[in-house]
Parts: sequence; structure tokens; C-alpha cells
Amino acid sequence: MRGLIPLIVFGVIAIALAIGLTNDPRRMEDMLIDQPFPEFSLPTLYEPETQHSKSDIQNQVSLINVFGSWCVTCIVEHPVLMNIAETETVRLIGHNWRDERDKAITWLARQGNPYDSIIFDPDSTLAISLGVTAAPETFITDKQGRIRYKHSGDITEKDWETVLKPLIESLQAE
Amino acid sequence: MIAEIGHFCLIAALFTAIAQCMIPLYGAANNKSDFMSFGDYAARVQFYLLIACFTALTYSFLSSDFSVKLAASHSHSLKPLIYKISGVWGNHEGSILLWMVMLGLYGFLFSVFSKRLPPVLRARTLAIQGLLGVGFISFILFTSNPFERIFPAPIDGNGLNPLLQDPGLAIHPPLLYMGYVGYSLAFSMAVAALISGKIDRDWARALKPWSLLSWSFLTLGIAMGSLWAYYELGWGGWWMWDPVENVSFMPWLIGTALLHSILVMERKQNLAHWTVLLAITAFSLSLVGTFVVRSGVLVSVHAFAVDPERGVYILALLLLSTGGALGLYALRSKTLVRRAEFDRLSREGGLVLNNLLLATATATVFLGTFYPLIMDAFTGDKISVGAPYFDLTFAPIMSVLIVFMGAAPLLKWQGDSLKTLKRFAIISLIGAVIIITFAAMFGNSVLGGLGLTLAAYLAYGAIKAFLKRRPIGQLARPAKYNLYAFFTAHLGMAVLTAGAVIMSVWADDTIGRIKPNETLNVAGYSFTLNSIKTGQNQNYGFRRGEVSVKKRGKLVDTLQTEQRFYPVRDMITTEAGFHFAPFSTVFAALGEGNPEDGYIVRANYHPAVTWIWLGALLMALAGFLSLLGLRTPSHKEVASS
Repeated sequence: MRGLIPLIVFGVIAIALAIGLTNDPRRMEDMLIDQPFPEFSLPTLYEPETQHSKSDIQNQVSLINVFGSWCVTCIVEHPVLMNIAETETVRLIGHNWRDERDKAITWLARQGNPYDSIIFDPDSTLAISLGVTAAPETFITDKQGRIRYKHSGDITEKDWETVLKPLIESLQAE
Repeated sequence: MIAEIGHFCLIAALFTAIAQCMIPLYGAANNKSDFMSFGDYAARVQFYLLIACFTALTYSFLSSDFSVKLAASHSHSLKPLIYKISGVWGNHEGSILLWMVMLGLYGFLFSVFSKRLPPVLRARTLAIQGLLGVGFISFILFTSNPFERIFPAPIDGNGLNPLLQDPGLAIHPPLLYMGYVGYSLAFSMAVAALISGKIDRDWARALKPWSLLSWSFLTLGIAMGSLWAYYELGWGGWWMWDPVENVSFMPWLIGTALLHSILVMERKQNLAHWTVLLAITAFSLSLVGTFVVRSGVLVSVHAFAVDPERGVYILALLLLSTGGALGLYALRSKTLVRRAEFDRLSREGGLVLNNLLLATATATVFLGTFYPLIMDAFTGDKISVGAPYFDLTFAPIMSVLIVFMGAAPLLKWQGDSLKTLKRFAIISLIGAVIIITFAAMFGNSVLGGLGLTLAAYLAYGAIKAFLKRRPIGQLARPAKYNLYAFFTAHLGMAVLTAGAVIMSVWADDTIGRIKPNETLNVAGYSFTLNSIKTGQNQNYGFRRGEVSVKKRGKLVDTLQTEQRFYPVRDMITTEAGFHFAPFSTVFAALGEGNPEDGYIVRANYHPAVTWIWLGALLMALAGFLSLLGLRTPSHKEVASS
């Protein structure tokens, strides 16, 4: 009987891996969809004294982008965000995750800053309630502050043109 | 044409591997020596074929043959030679092929260097190694063929991801794979022994060199990866608890446990169950690692080639190999020797504890890495586990481990009394009080003092255990390699611990926007931006800052730091300028800026960060030393102590 224990443990792990495989990490996360954006109170990146809270993302359609200076894929995604910031009217909020303040600031100084404001979340307070598993991830909220879409991984030009932009436009018309 | 030859060799290697698996197994079951020795030839032929295959792919990259799809998407005619070569494994298909070459290499080495083992064990080991080959070669052929052509061929390639254009990363994967693919042989030997049902001292001795070889390379590979992350990713850290780092760290932890449990088996014929399970687990974790990186189930900073179809294939390989091995273990478990009675206060008692702690540490890392995935799979909850979890769980387990690591080698085999440790404990306590007081007073950190105490205690324990077996008067006489290996490995761990503690407690940095001839100050160093130059290199444009670093007015070093722009990929990277020194590394990194407002410069002071890699290097060296000892057994030296 004792000999079976390793096999059983392995079986459980294998099942979890198998289920994990069926969950495409880039798939839309239905769980959060139509849920209100979680309550939070966190400092902004540039002014430690100013607090950001849920009320800041209401009244206007927002794109909340999780990033970190340590995240390589974020560098790839960044030019797309810069373009969005230049040409579009959506409010861009950065969610700086698991980072250090000065590292994030240098990183933005180097890459350019597309965000209208940035939530500083070094201890994953907000990230955990949002279920963030990796950076970059992007959330889109409507005027009532509900999450309407989640995008895992980097946003490509194509994602922007075919999915995100039409969605934002329809939300703005709501 | 060359690519087709490579493709053909790969198919031939698959058939060879099938034969390598079936014929020796048949021979071993029916005691036919001709059939058994077939494994030797097959293993060699398979290896030669794989080398030919790898050479063909490398040739396609070197000759910039962009009709080969892989070369077109990962190479570029203007790339420097070394990156044309490393581009071969800087992508999914090529790196799996490299994996395969290593698997073949271990089969080849085993067929050459294990002539003295019982033929049945050899035949079965090579057969299982062949079976793994079948699994992996078909994985390459069916899901990741590196020889695929495209038509029409593009005029030039896409280039290698600039982050991968680094000499460190060029040699990192081969080292890492030498390590973690090596555990395939431990796995094959474990399965072979389970088929025979004979797991004894001789088997453990046969397993030892292969576990040592894999472990040493894995140590080097992980250290190299950490060094690369440190200076190329530019985040100034050396370990991030990223899933991809974790999956190479887990086989290392289990491999370390395996080495120590082999020591007990060699001496005491004990721990047969543990040793077999560890051998199976070490390789399974390597497979899980491959699974994670290739399947995209976990998103990571380094994960590339996200493809669920490949994930399914690797998961199937994992189910068949690990599931099969553990099933076999369940069948054999009763008949294996189980001799658990020994004195808890003894060398083997310490080694058993070491095993349990390393297994717990691995489980902790495993849980932290896979918890989000497991939660998602079973409950649908999405959560994230970050560095704070690992700091909270892993560090305490390792601290307890170090406490036992320091004391256990002082104990005798069989049984000992606490008296042996009395003087050691008293001196350690006095030392602890002194170090903690100093660290609290001058370094403002009690936690730093505690960490340093552990490191010093471990070094003291290693020195004392060494001198116990080789008193000062006889230091000049050569001792057994094992003794030097033990000493070097434990000392390496002490050095690494000290480095990690000092770095995490006393590192400092500052950031500012400065113009040429202006200065930033950090930790007693002044960083002056001397000049800014722009220019063009073979495959990138750059802006280079020259920064001179002074301490108390004396020039320490002049650093060159660059921002590079890679037009082929439309990417910017930062090359920090480093000054590595034994006690204090300083580096500067140049950011955005312009002549009017100045440039962003980051100045960093990282004390003792080099100790981390020096420690790892010592550990790897210890592994190789121990291997040397196996190659040249000294008969004069009978078991000491």
C-alpha cells in the first residue's frame, strides 16, 4: 500500500497539469467578466502620498495594464501601448506590479510613459484580488467600473485593432 | 540538401532508438547476451545520428540558409558568428534537439564507461534510455520539426531575440541541459533496477558518477542563468522565483538529496526506497520543467513557444515515463529491502534529515510554482504566488537545513552521542552572539546578522569536519577526493549563503537625471557621467555613456554603459557597465535622456554579490572533484573516521 503513495501523488499532479493545459492562458477569463472592479487603495507610482482607489476608474471606460520593469514581454508590448496613448481616447491606467518604485520610474523614463496614471502595487494587494498570474495582463472596465474584458499576455497591434478597440468603442457608446 | 540529410538522420535515430529499447529488453528477459549487448551499439549509433542531425541544423544557420524556416525566423545574415551558433538552440525546436543530443550523449557515455556493471542492468538501463529517446525524437518529428522548409525563402532572417544575444546565454542552455537531461540516466538506472528488483550497494555505486555529473552541470547551468539574469535582464537581482527558474531549481534540490542518499546506500545499504524515488523524481521534475516552458501553462518572463499541442505531448511523455516508473515501484515496493532502523544521532541520521528537508524545500517551491495552476484546475480560483511566499517558506527551511548541515558531518556513522557536538555548539553560539551584535550595531540589521551567522557556522562546521578526518599535522598528505569534495561543497554553500544575505540586506542604489560631469552618490561611491557618445555597430545602434566611479576620491573603475537599439526586432536593450570585485560590485545603467535635461543614470552598489556565483562554482567544482575520485580509486586510503 505504501508503495502506491508516490503514484497517487503523481496522479493528482498530472491531473492538475492536464486541466491546466486545457486552460489556454490567453483565453478570456470568464470568472471576472461583468464583476465590479475590486475595491483598493494604493499609492500612485510618481506620488507616494496620493492614493488611487476604485472611484478613479469609474465614469469613463478604462484600460488597466499590469506591467513591471522586470517583465520582458512588457518591453515587447510597450510600443503598442505608446501608440494607443497617442492616438486613442481611452483612459490608460498602469498597474505596476511586484516592482520597486525607482526601477519602474527608470523603466518608464527609458521606454516612454503611455499611462494617464499608475497604481503602484509592490505587494500584489490589488494583483491578488484581480487574479493576476503574470505580466503583462490587461483589463477593460466600463463606465460603471465593471470588468468587461481581460487579456493575458502582450497586446499586439492585431489584438488592438480586432478586439480591444472595437470593444472600447462599444463600451464608450453604452 | 543538408537540411534533408539532417531530417533523414533524425528519422534513422528514431528507428535506432526503437531497436535500442526492444532488443536489449528481450535479451535481458531471456538471458541472451548478444541481444543484451546490442544496446551498446545502438546507443552509439543513435548518438552519432543525432550529432549529424545537429550539425546539419547548425550548418543551415551558419550558411544563412533561410529556406529552412527555423533559420529564417531565428537567424540573420548580419549576426555575429557566436550568435548564429547559439541561435540554433535559442528557440523551441533547436533547444529540444539539443535536449535530445544530450540524452543521446548520456546513453553513449554510459555505454562507454559502465563496462564493469552487470550486463542485465546495463542492457536494461540502455533500453530505458532508448525508450526515452523514442519519446523525445518522435516529439521533435511530430510537433517540432526543426528542418521544415519554407518557400519562397525570405531574403533575410528575423534575427535572434536581442535579449538572447549574449555569450552567457549562448552557453547557458547546453550547461543546463547537460545537468537536467543527465537525470535521465539516473531514471533509466532506477527503472532498470526496479525491473530486476535488485537495488543494492553496487547499484548505488553505479548511479553515483552519473548523479554527480548531472548535478555539477546543473549547478553550473543555474549559476550561469542567474548571472545572465543579473547583468542582462537589467533588473539588478540574481534570483526572482520565476517559474522557469524554479523548474530548474527543483531537480537541483532533489538531485542534491539523491547524492546524499546515495552516500547512505553505499555505506549502509539503507534508503533504497528513497534513492529510487529520488532518481525517478529528479528526472520527472526535469520533464515537468520542459513541460512548463513549452506548453504555456504558466506564463513566465522567459517562457517562449507557447503551444498547447506540444504541452499535450510532453504531458503524455511524463505520464508514461513517471507514471510507468512509479507504477513499477508500487509493484516492487514490498520486495525492496527496507531497513529503517538506525541511530537517529548519527551521520546517516543527519543525512536522512537532510533528505527530508531538501524534499520539503522542493515541495515548497513546487507548491509555490504550481499553486496558481492547481487552484485554477480544481476550484477555478485565480491567485498569484510571488517572491514573498518563497521568502517566507523557503528561507526558514534552508536555515534549518544549514543547522543540520553544519553539525551532521561531525557525527560518526552508526551512532554517536551529543558530547561530540558540545564544544562545536558552544563555540558556534559564542560566534553567533558576536556576529549578530556586530551586524545589529554597524549594519543596522539583526536579520542580516542571523544570516551571516548561519553562513559562518556552516563554514566552521565544514572546516572542523575536514580537520577531524585530516588533522593539521597531516594536511600535506593527500586525502581522499571525497573529503575535499565534501569540504568544497559545504564551503561553497556557506559562501553562497553569505553572499545572498549580504546582498539582500546591504545592497543600495540610487537613480537620477544627470548631465556630463555631474555626479550621483551611493554607499560611499561617487558615479560621474564623463561623456555620452552615439554610434552604430554590426547589428544595432547605441548610445554609450562613460561613467567613472570613485571611492574616497580614488578611481575604482571607468564603466561603459549602453542603450542599444536593434532595428531588426525594433527593440531597445540596456547594457549596464559592471565593475565586479570580491567585496563590492558597482554598476551603472544608462537610461533615456537628452543633452538639455540630462540622462537618467542608475548607480548601484551590490556588496558580495559575486560570492553567490563563487559559492555555486565551488559546489560544482566539488561535484567534479568527487567524480575524479571515482575515476582514480585510491586503495591506500581506506575509509577514514
